[in-house]
Amino acid sequence: MILVWLMLILFVGGIAAWLSESRGSHIPRVIALFAILLDLALVVLMLVAPGVLGLADVGTEISHGHGEWLVLFQADWIPRFGISFIFGADGLSLLLIFLTVFLGMISLGAAWHEIKERSGFFYFNLLWTLAGVIGVFTALDLFLFFFFWEVMLIPMYFIIAIWGHENKEYAAMKFFIFTQVSGLLMLLSILVLVFLNYQATDLLSFSYFDLLGNGLSGEIGMLVMLGFFVAFATKLPTFPFHNWLPDAHSQAPTAGSVILAGILLKTGAYGLIRFTVPLFPDPSELFAPFAMGLGAFSILYTAKVAFAQTDIKRLIAYTSVSHMGFVLLGVYAWNAQALQGAVMTMLAHGFSAAALFMLAGGLQHRIHTRDMDKMGGFWGVAPKMSFMLLFFTVAAVGMPGLGNFIGEFLVLLGSFQASVTATAFAALGLVVAAVYSLIVIQKVLHGENENNYVFEDLTFIEMSCFSLMMIGLLWMGLYPQTMLDMAEPTLRSLGIAFP
Amino acid sequence: MIELLWLVPTIPVIGFLILTFSCGKLPQVPAAIIGAGSIGLSFLVAVLAGMDFMAMSEAGTTSFSQTLWTWMEVGSFKAGFTLYLDGVSLVMMFIITGIGFLIHVYATGYMNDDPSFARFFAYMNLFVAAMLILVLADNLLLLFMGWEGVGLCSYLLIGFWFKDPYNGYCARKAFVVTRVGDASMALGLFLLFASLGTLNIQELMVLAEEQWVVGSGIAIAVTLLLLGGAVGKSAQLPLQTWLPDAMAGPTPISALIHAATMVTAGVYLIARTHVLYELAPSVQYLVGVIGMITLLMAGFTALVQNDIKKVLAFSTVSQIGYMFLALGVGAYSSAIFHLMTHAFFKALLFLTAGSIILAMHHEQDIFKMGGLRKDLPWSHALFLIGTIALVAIFPTSGFFSKEEILASALTNEHGGYLLWLGGVAGAFMTGLYSFRLYFLVFFGKKTHDGHEVMGWHLQGPLVVLAVLALVGGFIHIPVEEVFQAHAEEHHISLFYQAIMIGLPLFGALCAYLIFVKKKINVEKFAGSGVGAKLHRFFYTQWGMDWLYDRVIVFPYVGLAKLNKKDFVDSIYNGTASLVRHIHNRVTETQTGQIRWYTMTMALGVLLVISIGVFA
Repeated sequence: MILVWLMLILFVGGIAAWLSESRGSHIPRVIALFAILLDLALVVLMLVAPGVLGLADVGTEISHGHGEWLVLFQADWIPRFGISFIFGADGLSLLLIFLTVFLGMISLGAAWHEIKERSGFFYFNLLWTLAGVIGVFTALDLFLFFFFWEVMLIPMYFIIAIWGHENKEYAAMKFFIFTQVSGLLMLLSILVLVFLNYQATDLLSFSYFDLLGNGLSGEIGMLVMLGFFVAFATKLPTFPFHNWLPDAHSQAPTAGSVILAGILLKTGAYGLIRFTVPLFPDPSELFAPFAMGLGAFSILYTAKVAFAQTDIKRLIAYTSVSHMGFVLLGVYAWNAQALQGAVMTMLAHGFSAAALFMLAGGLQHRIHTRDMDKMGGFWGVAPKMSFMLLFFTVAAVGMPGLGNFIGEFLVLLGSFQASVTATAFAALGLVVAAVYSLIVIQKVLHGENENNYVFEDLTFIEMSCFSLMMIGLLWMGLYPQTMLDMAEPTLRSLGIAFP
Repeated sequence: MIELLWLVPTIPVIGFLILTFSCGKLPQVPAAIIGAGSIGLSFLVAVLAGMDFMAMSEAGTTSFSQTLWTWMEVGSFKAGFTLYLDGVSLVMMFIITGIGFLIHVYATGYMNDDPSFARFFAYMNLFVAAMLILVLADNLLLLFMGWEGVGLCSYLLIGFWFKDPYNGYCARKAFVVTRVGDASMALGLFLLFASLGTLNIQELMVLAEEQWVVGSGIAIAVTLLLLGGAVGKSAQLPLQTWLPDAMAGPTPISALIHAATMVTAGVYLIARTHVLYELAPSVQYLVGVIGMITLLMAGFTALVQNDIKKVLAFSTVSQIGYMFLALGVGAYSSAIFHLMTHAFFKALLFLTAGSIILAMHHEQDIFKMGGLRKDLPWSHALFLIGTIALVAIFPTSGFFSKEEILASALTNEHGGYLLWLGGVAGAFMTGLYSFRLYFLVFFGKKTHDGHEVMGWHLQGPLVVLAVLALVGGFIHIPVEEVFQAHAEEHHISLFYQAIMIGLPLFGALCAYLIFVKKKINVEKFAGSGVGAKLHRFFYTQWGMDWLYDRVIVFPYVGLAKLNKKDFVDSIYNGTASLVRHIHNRVTETQTGQIRWYTMTMALGVLLVISIGVFA
């Protein structure tokens, strides 16, 4: 029930924020803050002291034999079609829920002073997106999963379309169409899968547990698997489905970018790990060399495109695609190190990309441009902001001691055992990452401040947000065992050998 | 006291944190005390731990390791924050903290009144910490952390004066070029793990000896990949192009990072994993050949430079070439020995060059100097000491280490006349270019006045370094255990001895004749057709930058610019406009005229009937 509460708090908080708008434009953000903090408190309790919530017992009671579920909630929804409410969380889901709620709080910090118009509706959308994402990370009924997949999409569409920048309608529509078309493919695949499973076993069910071990293979298995793959690869995103991302990011308000880069992309990776490979082991194995190649190519291709950008948000957006290539590579290498690396990359990139977008957004808010050719010499103007930009860029480059390195290193270490060629190309990603990242530092922080921009350094709220994310990345980089230990039971239950 | 080993890298980290989070509010004096003091304290702890270690090794224990915590454990992969101290890492630790401390003290004077004084020392402290982690790591992953960390600090410090975009360019070039090597090294780690199942250095050495056949493909692949990392960091062929540009950084940086410590990391890596190289004799020979070619090439290039720091930079490349030569012939302890003496005299030369540059108001062109021995007596004396040590004149420190290397090249089984000849030719070149530099700066006609900048923090460290450069050759480094007693006596004939002592002196004499007595007119030669081309060829590092620009940099940048709009996007936008186009065409058929509708309906019926009839 606790998982349902997590979502309900956000849903209700969202509605309350929307309704409260008429009583003053500052009230919605306070309500949103309360809702998120309440969620955060619950999630932290789940992580630190599950006993307080009575969780340990529940987990052991409803162990399905399919995994080490810490929490599981089941109720009927549409029994006639075998559709039910199944929410479950294991280590992996919990990590991602924590990421979601934590970055939700950060995005609130980003929106705090930036969003002035229709703030009630904004915070409604923000909270509903977060609730949708939590649903995605916990739903274990495929119909329910698809439902939440849509729930997180539509409020995000509004966030871009209403509070975005100069080209927001185009960007929002592009985001919507990409996600919707690929989501449609997934829906088709779900229906075919359920139908075939019904034919084979005479059991009409959308439950993840019932569909595991469906044994689909051959051409039909490959096609159904590809339906899932395309949906998740679009969300991840990877080449050639990535084109919605640069537009969505450059147009979205800062809080939207934080959620997009930090959280929404991870639903794609989560989908691959939780659904695509476990539901279709045979087709996935056949597909793996291709997917790993795609991952490596995506890393290099988008890094090159990123290098040419002058719009700072577009550049960071392309680098996000590049980093997600490592996740794709790691997931399809499908061994202990590679998958742990993929999970670490998801978490670390969530922090670093969110921080970088927040910095880019902060810059745009202050000097009203995203064009790096107009920037320069900002070390002298805003040292705190510059330090943060340097720190998170260095993290994104994959500096050991910070989380991103752990992720990428483990991915490569694992994928090397699966495909030497793909790994060799992906390792070149370390070089090109340096190429595009250092250009950002050069253009923004170094050189002369030719346009004589003068602006305020980081505010207290911003500084707190960045400090928190900095601590997070250091933690992941110096003692990643905390996260690795949480994800390990999940990966074990997916059949990964941990000798 | 050896339990305090963990403090050695930790104290500089604390210094870094204090300096960073003071956000530039710390006044200069406390910043200097924290910045230099942390390294001094770290040196003291290192000495205490080292004394304990020496006592232990006399009792028979040859190594000490200290696990701080488990970094990560994933499946069969495990890596810890574990420090490992043996003879080699002990020597490296002393060089890093000792020379590092002297350079820090010097820098408090050199960077006086710089607006970003604290930031400078923050980066410096972080560098020292990373370098210590590199040499104290017990596994290759932790070593890689230090490896990347020093690369980052090198980047930050080369571009320290960030207002000039040229400095930023140099910093980026250094980082990216070395990262090419780092990627190769990372692949080497993956291959090692895939093959032997661990990254712990000592375990790797044992397992490799047990499981690999001498000259096997895996041994060759691993050593080649690690060599890629080593040549990147140590600025050897073919990745040496970044080091001369790295001179854009403040001079103390050039002394600390680009002469004494970081650039020798490649030498350390190969010495540390020498067991693997012995399993791949062809690669080991390649190491020697790379060293030989690099030392000659850099020697020629140093001969035609006109920036005082660039001459020293190429001389560094050349001297590291000697270390690679030594590694290639299996003379590991000689390589480490030369690493140490080189750290003494090259740090001295760089810092003195810094004093000269200060005295000349930031002029670095040696052709605008000249006749400075009267104006700058201190710098003159110190620079001369550094130069004779670099040229390897008996009995300075450089003589002993270089002589050991050349003797090993001649007598060791992996060596041979080719490598030896390259080495002695390089010794002649060293004499020539070093004394060219010395004579051009301190002799000849005076064109500009110089004013010696005095201060205990400027001259004090220099005097200590000068003493070390002179007598450092008598220091015994405790590395026999690590390299399994490769320190046998070399018996070489007097003839070869004479050549090795004589050639550097002959080089110096030639420099005297050319640049002071003007007996040979090089300017005329350099101005003529062939001479000018040759000059240009040497000056541009044998055209390697030119080549890399055209083969890699320009095509990459060009392709990236060409595809700035991401051609995949045009496919999607094309689809969208196609759909819109069809939509418009179809809308046009909606004319609202009954006539038109009736006709199209009739045509449609006709079409359907004809399909039914004919198909």
